[in-house]
Amino acid sequence: MDQIVLNHVTKRFTTKTLGTVTAVGDFCLNVKEGECFSFLGPSGCGKTTTLRMIAGFEDLSEGEIYLGGKPMSIRAKNLYVPPEERGLGMVFQAFAVWPHMNIFDNVAFPLKVQKRPRAEIRERVAKALKHCSLDGMENVFPSDLSGGQQQRIALARAIVTNPKVMLLDEPLSNLDPKLRESMSFEIKKLQKEFNFTIIFVTHDQSEAMALSDRMLVMDMGKVVQTGTPTELYNKPVSRFVHSFLGQSNFTDVDIIDGRVYPKGDHSQPLGIAPPAGGVSTMALATRPNTIDINHEEGYQTKVLKRAFLTDFTEYIVAIGNQALRVQTPHRNMFRAGDSCYLRFPNPIWYESGKDAADAERERRTLV
Amino acid sequence: MKMMFHRTNKDLARMDGKKFGVDQIMTVLCFLIMTTVVILPVVMIIYNTFWDGTKLDLDMFARVILREENLEALKNTVIIAIFATLFATIVGVFFAWLLGRSDIPLKGLMRWLFSIPFMIPPFLAAMAWDMMFSGRGGYINRMLMSIFNLKDAPFNINTVAGIIVIEIVYYFPFVYMQVVSALERMDPTLEESARIAGAKQWYVIRKITLPLTIPAISSGTLLVLITSLSNYGIPSMLGYSKNIFTLPTMIVERVNRAGGDFQGIREATALSVVLVIVVSIALFVQRKLLKAGRYDIIKGKSMRPAMIKLRAAKYPLLIFSIIFLVLVVLTPLVIILLVSFLRAYGLPFAFENFSLVNYQKILIGNIAVTDSIKNSLFLGFGSGIVCLFLGVMLSYVIYKVKPKGSGALETLAVLPYSLPGTVMAIGCILAWSGAVFGITLYNTIWIIMVAYIARYLSYTLKSCSASLQQVHLSLEEASRSCGATHMQSLMDITLPLIKPAMVSSFFLVFLPAMRELTTSVLLYGPNSRTLGVQIQQLRVNGYMTQAAALSVVTIAIIMICNGVVKAITKDRKGV
Amino acid sequence: MVKYENVTVRYGSHTVVENFSLEVHKGEILGIVGPSGCGKTTLVRALGGFLNPDHGEISINGELVYSKSKRINRSPEARRLGIVFQDYAVWPHLSVWDNVMYPLKKRRVPKDKAAEMVRHALEQVRMKGYEKYMPSQLSGGQQQRVAIARALTCSNDLIIMDEPITNLDAKLREGMLDEIRMLQQRLQTTIIYITHDQEAALQLCDRVVIMEPNGRISQIGTDEEIIEHPANRFVFSFIGVSNFIPVVERAGRYYLWQVKEELCYAASAPRGYLSGKANVMGVRPMDIVFDGASPVKGVITQAVFLGSLYNFFVRVNDVELRVQRSTLDSLDGHEYREGETVGLRFLNEKYYEAEEGEV
Repeated sequence: MDQIVLNHVTKRFTTKTLGTVTAVGDFCLNVKEGECFSFLGPSGCGKTTTLRMIAGFEDLSEGEIYLGGKPMSIRAKNLYVPPEERGLGMVFQAFAVWPHMNIFDNVAFPLKVQKRPRAEIRERVAKALKHCSLDGMENVFPSDLSGGQQQRIALARAIVTNPKVMLLDEPLSNLDPKLRESMSFEIKKLQKEFNFTIIFVTHDQSEAMALSDRMLVMDMGKVVQTGTPTELYNKPVSRFVHSFLGQSNFTDVDIIDGRVYPKGDHSQPLGIAPPAGGVSTMALATRPNTIDINHEEGYQTKVLKRAFLTDFTEYIVAIGNQALRVQTPHRNMFRAGDSCYLRFPNPIWYESGKDAADAERERRTLV
Repeated sequence: MKMMFHRTNKDLARMDGKKFGVDQIMTVLCFLIMTTVVILPVVMIIYNTFWDGTKLDLDMFARVILREENLEALKNTVIIAIFATLFATIVGVFFAWLLGRSDIPLKGLMRWLFSIPFMIPPFLAAMAWDMMFSGRGGYINRMLMSIFNLKDAPFNINTVAGIIVIEIVYYFPFVYMQVVSALERMDPTLEESARIAGAKQWYVIRKITLPLTIPAISSGTLLVLITSLSNYGIPSMLGYSKNIFTLPTMIVERVNRAGGDFQGIREATALSVVLVIVVSIALFVQRKLLKAGRYDIIKGKSMRPAMIKLRAAKYPLLIFSIIFLVLVVLTPLVIILLVSFLRAYGLPFAFENFSLVNYQKILIGNIAVTDSIKNSLFLGFGSGIVCLFLGVMLSYVIYKVKPKGSGALETLAVLPYSLPGTVMAIGCILAWSGAVFGITLYNTIWIIMVAYIARYLSYTLKSCSASLQQVHLSLEEASRSCGATHMQSLMDITLPLIKPAMVSSFFLVFLPAMRELTTSVLLYGPNSRTLGVQIQQLRVNGYMTQAAALSVVTIAIIMICNGVVKAITKDRKGV
Repeated sequence: MVKYENVTVRYGSHTVVENFSLEVHKGEILGIVGPSGCGKTTLVRALGGFLNPDHGEISINGELVYSKSKRINRSPEARRLGIVFQDYAVWPHLSVWDNVMYPLKKRRVPKDKAAEMVRHALEQVRMKGYEKYMPSQLSGGQQQRVAIARALTCSNDLIIMDEPITNLDAKLREGMLDEIRMLQQRLQTTIIYITHDQEAALQLCDRVVIMEPNGRISQIGTDEEIIEHPANRFVFSFIGVSNFIPVVERAGRYYLWQVKEELCYAASAPRGYLSGKANVMGVRPMDIVFDGASPVKGVITQAVFLGSLYNFFVRVNDVELRVQRSTLDSLDGHEYREGETVGLRFLNEKYYEAEEGEV
């Protein structure tokens, strides 16, 4: 069953400097029960606005939203169920734990609002705290806690009512990187335990990929691509999605007589088939870790620099008069100055130069 | 990190190889100035209260306290302060919520209305209210009597209750300002998460919004409480004619009655000690009641807070608010303006009774009046500039040099802020009447200047230090490593960065100095009347219409300067 | 180029850095890496002249700038360093041009020459055309470029960068790092690069100094030395995610602790095993490979695709191990799913003495 349905949701704002801006345009979405779905995009792309419309904090300019099959926001009928009646759990970027209440009162708040019996409140709060590794800290006040612990309180508060849908608005952005990773694994575990549907909003691709079953990439109010993390990572539809989803190399190439050469250096072909119907100058998109660097086969070139990183060894290699970043888990294959061979098993093609979306983004940042 | 900052500039100074650098000179200067300007008057008050010559004399203090009229004044002061604070808080919080969190229209207009009381001195507001509601003579009272055929005046403002009401309408914007800015700074997700948790609007307001704004409410309340306890303008304008005294008005009365007799001044001194004790108790109680410190609310993404829909209540609330604000804020101004045009006080407001004769009289004919304008301008500019430089120097010493005792320095600088103006003035009289260094400033304009500097120094200090603290250490270190000496780095980087704060802090002193009454009423001499004193004198001597005209001139000057500040701070660049 | 000798800094009774000695060679990028509070910033401030060490000597370019015993202390402005701060420290009241010009003005460089140097510096950081902008009109990345240009005009042979990219967002950070490296290659400036981000340091620097929280140096070495031969357990765990598994030796065979006796993982002494001591094996997630032939079996409890790699949690009896697989290796191979039983083989493992309570 579809737990969350958005039909043609549109949100327009009118501001003094930009005039009327479509923050979210014609947004359609079906999220299945128990699914973890991420909205990924740069700041200002409309992902948070969409989430806030689902939560009921924003009204719609057009469209309708259903949760669990029930209508929540229907623009045409001017129907809006207020946020408190939507039965959601939500976690915010800035934690939003109430500083004037201790941990117990924070987590018990949703149940107290529902006027549950005391014994039940105590029991359910204890369970939620246990799952968020906060047991024994009931009487502590949030201001004495670290960011990670505060976010756990927020999580416990969100799961204590057993909501069907959990909205996560950049919940990890205010945490330090090491904590961020372990928190995202914890959220995944909570989901298994409490079995809710997640909408996860973030600008960090690795968080989104780690958590989601499916995800979408937004840019300037529009959905650019929807799919599983693997689909998006391996087959990005645009240069924007490609660079947003991880490290990218964009190499300008010339296509001459069905052969692909680095732009401006036609001494040696790259050894990949040109794209169908390719124009003479294209951009070849590759990911540093899907380039095969080896000793015998492919495009012969030179290692410019080598760096040992924790997970990979990184090489900067020359490709024509451009540079290419290559990462491989195999250690100690080459030194700087060595000659090496490259193969590109997963080439992706884009038009060379900036695309229309890039130009528009620049225009907006200048304003 | 913190520890590092603590040492830095001392180290810098040490490193320059000079034991006595710029920093050291400024530090010594700060301590010297604070001693003469703040410590001296305070010590003189205590000394004169409890010592007669060199022997301890507690009798006089006891006698003064127990005198019936003084006890009455004490009682009035406390009653007025408590009720004024209580209701000003309620009204202020209500409007803060309305403007900060609801979707009521015309917010811009209402914000503007709220800014007006800050420009009008309390004694002028009180004078206007007095013109409207003082017994049978009040204009509005007369209007109501004729409309409803009443025999007696419906309102009498010259009572303790009247004083309370006027203090409420004058002070609630102070609470409003504190609370509305807290609401605006508060992370909206704190309230949204409560909505998501299933709480209804009203429940969220009660359980989340209100508790989180308590620190702001309490600081607004404290401000009102202290100002009300030490206010001289309102009770003197409204209560004096009916012999209703509060401690500050009683202090002034004592000094006036003494007519230069030292014993009388000592009694006033004793009363001012009583006033300080009351203020301290208020501070203490407030701190006890609110042990919980300030909450540290992390800000998330900048989001406009979701405005709560008032729905059906929207327009009734709007109409009520606008009428209330216009009545409370604008009518006093209008009355003063109308009266200033009247040929004679008491004539009805009719076109044939209007003329410009009052302005002519005060601006052209009356040397006393023109002198008072000159005096106030001189005092405003003088104290503004002195406070500005002292404020910059003090905040630099306190926050950047951090010598031993910088905490004490800061306490000294903000102490006069919570000391009632009358008390500060008494201290100045005692200190500068030749008692200490044989310097006699009494009856000259300089004693007023010294008192203003002491009173308003904390304004510039706060403004400059807030700005200075934002000048991050790395900005100065960057210039040092670029080859600038310590002095050059101060001149090239630090000062230019706090310049906007310096400009606005000058006006923070200039504006209140222009409309000051409380201190100057005790300190003025025949040639050093200020605008406030002059208005009061005109009124006491029966020249109501001229007093009104001079008030209009004062308000005009203040409003123009206020506009200048706004224009300057609007396009401020910098940190 | 820069020499610290036995530098000690104390704040009250708290010693931040003790007996610190380090030599920075001309023309290298040296990274100083450590967890926050390890004293890296203290070292920069001591070098810049913003705080006085309680003991020791510092020299720049062969000239002694600070010595406690010889009572030498050059003021910050006389040390001629370029410093790039984490919060940019671009002066907001001066235009880009004036910011970069400031050091030259203070050193009384003739106008024409100074203007030429400013132009050159702005060109180096790709900020040509922004001369008249005020800092508030620039993005964080652009402000940091201005700060770098200013450091270039301050001193062209030694620049100190204190967490220069920490305040930038992730995408920008990467590009900035590349640019710093290219700039250094062009100008051959000596750079001291302070950071808590070990990946950035390894990527950028010729040599990296790893500092422990107590202010001591754990290791100085190239990226290769640090990754391949971490000096101790702290270095190993600081530079990346790691698994620590207690191991035991019984009769010449080596077993994973708490794992059934049949699951012996090595029949002969592994390289680096500390005989006669309680051992903990440290192994990176990337160095655990799936190998059906291995006697060590585990069950995959979580499999997550992270883009550049797959991350697995594999439960071997009581121990949960983190295993990573590069996307390239996964492209043509078998897809591993949650619940699957896999064999595990360890590569490049390191052995450290177990801490109390671990075995």
